[in-house]
Amino acid sequence: MNKARQNPLNTAAMHGALILYTLIALFPVFVIIINSFKTRRSIFREPLALPDAESFSLIGYQTVMKQGDFFLYFQNSLIVTVVSLAFVLLFGAMAAFALSEYKFKGNTLMGLYLALGIMIPIRIGTVAILEMMVATGLVNTLWALILVYTAQGLPLAVFILSEFMRQVSDDLKNAGRVDGLSEYTIFFRLVLPLVRPAMATVAVFNMIPIWNDLWFPLILAPAEETKTLTLGSQVFIGQFVTDWNAVLSALSMAILPVLVLYVIFSRQLIRGITSGAVK
Amino acid sequence: MQTRRIRWHIAVFLAPAVLVYTAVMIFPLFNTLRLALFTEVDQTRIYVGLQNFRTLFFDPIWSEQFWNALGNNFWFFLIHMLVQNPIGIALAALLSHPRLRFAALYRSAIFIPTILSFVIVGFAWKLILSPLWGIAPSMLDAVGLKSLFAPWLGKEEYALTTLALVSVWQFVGIPMMLIYAALLSIPEEILEAGEIDGITGASAFWKIKLPLIIPSIGIISILTFVGNFNAFDLIYVSQGALAGPDFSTDILGTFMYRTFFGFQLQLGDPHMGSAIAGAMFAIILVGVCIYLFGIQTRMRRYQL
Repeated sequence: MNKARQNPLNTAAMHGALILYTLIALFPVFVIIINSFKTRRSIFREPLALPDAESFSLIGYQTVMKQGDFFLYFQNSLIVTVVSLAFVLLFGAMAAFALSEYKFKGNTLMGLYLALGIMIPIRIGTVAILEMMVATGLVNTLWALILVYTAQGLPLAVFILSEFMRQVSDDLKNAGRVDGLSEYTIFFRLVLPLVRPAMATVAVFNMIPIWNDLWFPLILAPAEETKTLTLGSQVFIGQFVTDWNAVLSALSMAILPVLVLYVIFSRQLIRGITSGAVK
Repeated sequence: MQTRRIRWHIAVFLAPAVLVYTAVMIFPLFNTLRLALFTEVDQTRIYVGLQNFRTLFFDPIWSEQFWNALGNNFWFFLIHMLVQNPIGIALAALLSHPRLRFAALYRSAIFIPTILSFVIVGFAWKLILSPLWGIAPSMLDAVGLKSLFAPWLGKEEYALTTLALVSVWQFVGIPMMLIYAALLSIPEEILEAGEIDGITGASAFWKIKLPLIIPSIGIISILTFVGNFNAFDLIYVSQGALAGPDFSTDILGTFMYRTFFGFQLQLGDPHMGSAIAGAMFAIILVGVCIYLFGIQTRMRRYQL
């Protein structure tokens, strides 16, 4: 459109700055991963070299497999994340539907009450949460984590989903009512499929903090059989600090699932952030 | 539509969310604030009013740690505001440039650190900055700055700033994305109108785009504030619960963890821990209120 906005020198400078920052962002991840495939000697002698025939070694991964129960940790993380997300989405969508669809006394108040948790972190209540989990015998079970993450995710989920549900056409729902569908059928069969993109956004937003959380696994479920991947790798690395091969391999194994998830969901995530901010 | 009978389905739709949220979030929150008013003597809980807070703020043993953690937390926040947000805005400004190639690629790559856990980020940087391994010193050597190297995480005067910068490295993707979205929503006509008046390039950014994205900068600031004042993981992973060297990286999150959970020789004290949580709650509440009533309402929103 305009020459002033397309200057080749400017373009080069912009790419230069972006490439520089991309390198800064990726360099640590790159260094960790390449060194996890090297022998101890070459880790120290040439930390920036790619592994070659001479320096290649899987000794770190062997230690990790032998000493740590990473499959169990991974399974725990997966259960906690998937079940919490399912609850957040189901309960959040139901509450959002009630708030956006029906006029009833206290509707606004209920909306404000549920929105409180968007700004106030659930960690503040940790002391009482631990006390409650001890009293109910849920401590050191995955249920403790699932309940906490569900409560943590609900406020934002209700907020985002009710914004979207207001846009679902009234005619559609009323047509359903004329046909004699119950309110539940209208919600599950007509409304839910229409807000699927918003549900995906909420899921992706919640997935990363739940998967990466260290605080609640550390406090509520530190037992060996309930450790999540984040806590498990933290404890493992703490015990093997001097075994660099093992530490680097454990780090790479913790990075891998997140990277895979990111590659699958990055478009969804970025679209979610950008559409959420514009409002 | 209006019927006299109770519409049970509304209750059914609301119940699960409200129950879980109330039982696991709101109730414990207030219960924690209540616990802060008690203490334990001979295994019985007794009411002591605001005594715990008095201890926390004025008793030399506690107050020294508390003010230290609070001061460190403010420094941590300040670094984020001064480094993370300007870098995020600059990256977003570059990315939102029309007809920039590979923009999606840069965006996805720069966002990668944000999705990694603190465990990965903390240990990875600890290794890279470690004088034992020598990646950081040898890289500085390559550009002739080897004399600048110091074991940053091990020195009291640098450790907190270093960790704050690591945290900036991790989270710069969030301001970048939010500002990027805000910049994209600026209509082309406004920029074209500016061009007709001769405002292009950098001055278009300062005079047209920046004023329009100030509401987004406000949102980012409050998100950063809340995030920083309940931060814990990064410090715990890289420096341990004692937040060494000599508590120089102690922030409210690690202080609360140590106090209520206990560490090494120190026994856990849930009541003092609750008092610290109460202080954190108050700080976050004040911050959110300043934002909601002091900043957000006064901010001019332009109808785009």
